[in-house]
Amino acid sequence: MTAALAPSETEAGCTETEVLRERGQREVFCGLTGIVWLHRKIQDAFFLIVGSRTCAHLMQSAAGVMIFAEPRFATAIIEERDLAGMADANEELDRVAAQVLARRPDIKTLFLVGSCPSEVIKLDLSRAAARLNQQHENVRVLNYSGSGIETTFTEGEDTCLEALVPELPAAPETETSLLVVGALADVVEDQFVRLFDQLGIGPVRFLPARRSEELPAIGAGTRYLLAQPFLGRTGAALDGRGAKRISAPFPLGAKGSEAWLKAAADVWGVDEALFETVIAAPRARAQRAMERYKDTLSGKRIFFFPDSQLEIPLARVLHEELGMQLTEVGTPYLHRGHLDCELPRLPSTVRLSEGQHVDRQLDRCRDIRPDLTVCGLGLANPLEAEGLSTKWAIELVFTPLQGFEQAGDLAELFARPLMRRDILRVG
Amino acid sequence: MKLTVWTYEGPPHVGAMRIATAMKDLHYVLHAPQGDTYADLLFTMIERRDHRPPVTYTTFQARDLGSDTAELFKDAAQDAYARFKPAAMIVGASCTAELIQDDPGGLAAALGLPCPVLPLELPSYMKKENWGAAHTFYQLVRGLNNAHAPAPGEDKVERKPGPPRCNILGATALGFRHRDDVKEITALLNRMGIEVSVAAPLGATVADVARLHEADFNVVLYPEIADEAARWLERTFKQPRTTVIPIGVGATRDFIAEVADIAGVDPAKALNDRDLRLPWWSKSVDSNYLTGKRVFVFGDATHAVAAARVAVEEMGFKLVGLGAYNREFAREVRAAAEKYGVEPLITDDYLEVEAAIEAANPELVLGSQMERHIAKRLGIGCSVISAPVHVEDFPARYAPQMGAEGANVLFDTWVHPLVMGLEEHLLGMFREDFEFSDEAGPSHLGGHRPAPQPRPQAAPQPAHAEAEPALAGAEPSQPAAAGDPVWSDDAMAELKKIPFFVRGKARRNTENYAAQNGAQTITVDTLYDAKAHFGR
Ligand code: SF4
Ligand code: SF4
Repeated sequence: MTAALAPSETEAGCTETEVLRERGQREVFCGLTGIVWLHRKIQDAFFLIVGSRTCAHLMQSAAGVMIFAEPRFATAIIEERDLAGMADANEELDRVAAQVLARRPDIKTLFLVGSCPSEVIKLDLSRAAARLNQQHENVRVLNYSGSGIETTFTEGEDTCLEALVPELPAAPETETSLLVVGALADVVEDQFVRLFDQLGIGPVRFLPARRSEELPAIGAGTRYLLAQPFLGRTGAALDGRGAKRISAPFPLGAKGSEAWLKAAADVWGVDEALFETVIAAPRARAQRAMERYKDTLSGKRIFFFPDSQLEIPLARVLHEELGMQLTEVGTPYLHRGHLDCELPRLPSTVRLSEGQHVDRQLDRCRDIRPDLTVCGLGLANPLEAEGLSTKWAIELVFTPLQGFEQAGDLAELFARPLMRRDILRVG
Repeated sequence: MKLTVWTYEGPPHVGAMRIATAMKDLHYVLHAPQGDTYADLLFTMIERRDHRPPVTYTTFQARDLGSDTAELFKDAAQDAYARFKPAAMIVGASCTAELIQDDPGGLAAALGLPCPVLPLELPSYMKKENWGAAHTFYQLVRGLNNAHAPAPGEDKVERKPGPPRCNILGATALGFRHRDDVKEITALLNRMGIEVSVAAPLGATVADVARLHEADFNVVLYPEIADEAARWLERTFKQPRTTVIPIGVGATRDFIAEVADIAGVDPAKALNDRDLRLPWWSKSVDSNYLTGKRVFVFGDATHAVAAARVAVEEMGFKLVGLGAYNREFAREVRAAAEKYGVEPLITDDYLEVEAAIEAANPELVLGSQMERHIAKRLGIGCSVISAPVHVEDFPARYAPQMGAEGANVLFDTWVHPLVMGLEEHLLGMFREDFEFSDEAGPSHLGGHRPAPQPRPQAAPQPAHAEAEPALAGAEPSQPAAAGDPVWSDDAMAELKKIPFFVRGKARRNTENYAAQNGAQTITVDTLYDAKAHFGR
């Protein structure tokens, strides 16, 4: 992937710790799952998966049997007769895309999302997108891969945003602007807008934008802050357009949020006193909100199965601000460049693992018997049945956790299973 | 290619997983990419299982494709055997692995593992979940019993002395109320003096499946899963199989008669079940209001056909639609639809089902979780009678669908979403009471009628839907075609006084009546003329 392309100022602290690299059965979603939040975030986009019944079933199961009555996503299910001849499959895809667009004239961007089957049969979705762009004038058609052979869970957002980067309009050479990269809940985005505004940082733009017509402009004067840790390819694409990353921890917890804002404030030369005035109140609120869960979490041992790449920043918050003991922190992929400000903040005793061999990892987890295990939905109940408290990793992706005002929610998510265990008297 | 928003069935390998997960010591090695592991959560979350499904996924990645995915498969199969020591293994490919043609069956055979290994060929681009489950079960039953098949011309294997013995076939993991149905039917059979030899696949070991041939006959609870296997057992071991599905009072009685006939036992005791309450509950005066309630039934063929009979014959409802999503059993659905005088709907296109429900204007929908969702959007009551399932379809309490207790459960759960009798009258009498209004929905359902969710519009909303938001959800808001009769303000106000659960129908009837009679404007008189014309 893009590790080589990313800036590598990563020589400090725990970055030296050996990383356990695992290969074996992975128990993680594929990148298609990113559509579950992306289609809510980008309100005029439609995601058409070109895949199999499995892909459609995954989306349905991950989206929790139809939380959204008529979602802005669907699957073009490849059938036996499509496999017979390539030309046929292309025509079929054009037909299905036209069907979608006729049904939804409000759609401004159509993403063709590649899956394992479409990639294995080498159905060329970039050519299909080019073709469809000609056929449908008022719609921008893009493609990216959400396949399980190329992407893991949140990497589906990375490939989606990467596909958007070439579409971003050019900003004036002289303009200095801030681009916040990574899907955030609207409420969190609005909070950050207010803070940047008070700090005098601007113009501030977001990728993805809520409406695909309002794509943020980008240029050599663009400095970008990553709001999510899983955006390796998007970062590389932005670098390619001349934008520069502001190195920062991720905006999780009171300290992470402060450091993230401070990194931008320093680039903009914001006065220390002003910075302090602006963030003092929200920071104090965040600390107060987290404090309530400190007793529950402090000293407890936590184990992370790999899931979203949010593991390392979250582990940092839990360790640094809530006093938890980190045992193993697994991540599907370790992007050292983008974690440059995170890794040094982890204790050197932590075991970092990258990739997965789920059976061996379960053995390690049973050995350690942590107080709290963060894992996917397939593992949670079986581990609970073995007497281990668990936290569903997917909730960490589907819940707004970033920023000062959400720091308490973040702590609460981890504290809830432990508090529940203490309340229940059911034997 | 087929444009699909929601699917009724997963891919066939998920069907195979339902068999493997149902059993105790069978392991499934599935050649598949990482994302396919989502299927585990169906079992651990929806069904709240406390064990991981016994499935090893190879989770090959793009970089493996060029080199050696076959090697990966062999390693995974070997490791799986070493770790889990299953009594037997099934091996196969998911949709992606099917394309790379590694031949899991051949690879596994070459490993010479010390347990039976059954290769599965499940064509992912043609078949679906139920077929995958049925075919897997059949392969397993055949693979494990074939050695005992009597030679051609020879008679059935010698039967051990003792009471009549049967197997109960078809219950799987993730089945709709399978756990409780098996319990209920086992008790019923025991009361008839019949011993249940094996219930499979749910709860069975590989050894259990291997002795299916020892029983005298087979009880097929879910033909979608067990039909293929039961037919093979019938052909090979001369084991008769049951054909009646004991859902509802009448069907349970027919089932008892069929079983008594096959086993040569007296049905009388089982027929006289004092725990069966549906008949009296349905005859008691309180149930009068159920008469003629319009119901739409959709689900898997077996549950849908059974529900149609119960709805018409045992609840006194009016059937306004009947359909199923599994084409394999379309014939049964067509026959039932003809019997009850409705058009059969055989489709797995969710949007088509939605349109049919909207058009039929039912007061109650009996369907799967998919129809529950449609009904919620249309503001109609719904009770779930079939898979696809969701977490609430696995209740903590005992709630079978089959046998006497199953019939009781049907009565309770189908009546629950309806507005109760007296309440219905009161709504009709005092339509404008600001506190006791129909907009609140059945008072025992939290006092909130589910808010109709707006549907994305392909065309701009017709003006009247915007002017009368209160009406928008109760009936389909279609663009008014030129020449359609127009509602006068008075008539529209009068229409609003009609309780919401019949308002859609009243509106449609009135518009049809006006159109038939060439009326340009719908007045209050037109409304009541139409009411007199159509009756309730
Ligand atoms: S892993 Fe591949 S085949 Fe499976 S759901 Fe994801 S994209 Fe589809
Ligand atoms: S709440 Fe209303 S409908 Fe429900 S039982 Fe009581 S009176 Fe009947």
